[in-house]
Amino acid sequence: MNFFIKITKDFPSYLWSGWGAISSIFLFLAFWDMGNQIYGNLILPSPKETFSTLFEMLKDENMINEILITTKRAVIGFSISLVFGTLLGLLSGLFITTSMMSRPIVTILMGMPPIAWIVLAMIWFGMGDMTVIFTVIVASFPIVFIGALQGTRTLEGDLKEMADSFHLPFRMKLFDLYFPHIFSYIFPAWIGALGMSWKIVVMAELLSANDGIGSALAIARSQLDTPTALALVVIMIATLLLIEYIILEPIKREVESWR
Amino acid sequence: MEIIEELKVQNVSHSFGFSDILKDISFTLEKGKVISIVGPSGGGKTTLLHLCAKLLKLESGKIKNSFTSSSFAFQEARLLPWKNVLDNIALGLKAQGISKEKREKEAKEIALKFGLGKEDFYKFPKDLSGGMKQRVSFARALVTNPTLLFLDEPFSALDIGLKKELQTLLIEQIEEKKLSVLFITHDLMEAIKLSDEILVLKAEPVGHIIKKFNFEFPKKQRDNKFVYEQTAKLLSDETIINTFELELR
Repeated sequence: MNFFIKITKDFPSYLWSGWGAISSIFLFLAFWDMGNQIYGNLILPSPKETFSTLFEMLKDENMINEILITTKRAVIGFSISLVFGTLLGLLSGLFITTSMMSRPIVTILMGMPPIAWIVLAMIWFGMGDMTVIFTVIVASFPIVFIGALQGTRTLEGDLKEMADSFHLPFRMKLFDLYFPHIFSYIFPAWIGALGMSWKIVVMAELLSANDGIGSALAIARSQLDTPTALALVVIMIATLLLIEYIILEPIKREVESWR
Repeated sequence: MEIIEELKVQNVSHSFGFSDILKDISFTLEKGKVISIVGPSGGGKTTLLHLCAKLLKLESGKIKNSFTSSSFAFQEARLLPWKNVLDNIALGLKAQGISKEKREKEAKEIALKFGLGKEDFYKFPKDLSGGMKQRVSFARALVTNPTLLFLDEPFSALDIGLKKELQTLLIEQIEEKKLSVLFITHDLMEAIKLSDEILVLKAEPVGHIIKKFNFEFPKKQRDNKFVYEQTAKLLSDETIINTFELELR
């Protein structure tokens, strides 16, 4: 409880520190506009045109629906990775044999390009929800898994010995020793996996679905509708930025203040 | 009838795999006394201490510990990096199930006593110097009012001033609360300053106690002169020379 109060209390000063970020975004927009003046509207529409297309789009109910579909897929895939990746990572971190055995498998999973998974998933599941969600899971699972694995494996024997010497009861060992340590590894992994899910979901949709932001992007491409394509990209990035900087970053700061 | 508090170690031997570390160790630590185990590094001192503190499983021999409570201070501070100074100090109290307000009050009291300032209370270990961390570690060990304290070379990484300050604080606690201490060190002067009895642990061929020295002189009156004289005496002792492999030149 205290924890949330502290986060809310620190929030305004955190927001205030965002001016630097905003100015760099404006600088980026300026370069974008310069690009537009050099290359013309077809290649690179101006920020103004992109944003007016974006606002038009957000008024359109169909478009909102597409965004919701994409969000749903990403959230389902990410949640499954989060739960299973964390659980399995923790479990295999507990035993030396399992952590040694799972290492190469995870390396293979990490090394396999998502595009290959999409092709396989299309063969296995056809076009639609399942293919997209599967790809998201496969791409984000190893990240969470490795975070949890490392968190468990790097627990220091010294601290465990100290905890034993003070006769800490099991509950205290769990909440005062294991959790804070493991969480400091898992939490960044979760953030990484979330970013990954959001990127992969659009890519998978572009290739293997008839709805969602990705497929809207595919349609915009086939019609050479650059403003719409850019507006969609802006939606994707803005959503990620919003989640990451408004929700996750304040939590991360609080959780890792001891680092 | 009151139970006699003591730590009785009888014929303890220990080995890791095929290498024997300790052989036939016996001694008794009585209430209010300080026993130091000195010897060169790698001689099995830490193993012996861990056996006494039940951090290792006893293989052969007997260790009878009738002290009501004990705590441990390590060579490194071993603080939990995600807890602030007060919460680190209060760790042992929390393990005993003492309420939060009481924990905090006691932790604050002992922190001030051990030379920590009010401004340090809510700092995390990453913001503390090595000496400060060791103060916290000492405070954490003593806040539970143990009757037996295990010390694993806690002074070895500190500068002379801080070493002396913490030793003086420790002697006060020993006298006031009749605290018993089992102390391991490789520093003879430290051992002479604090101990009632010094056990010399020789590493070769297997760790065993080769000689005992007793000191009757009251600890509070042991000044530098006393320590130097006794150290000189010990350093010229045949067994000490052999144990530490001192070559006289």
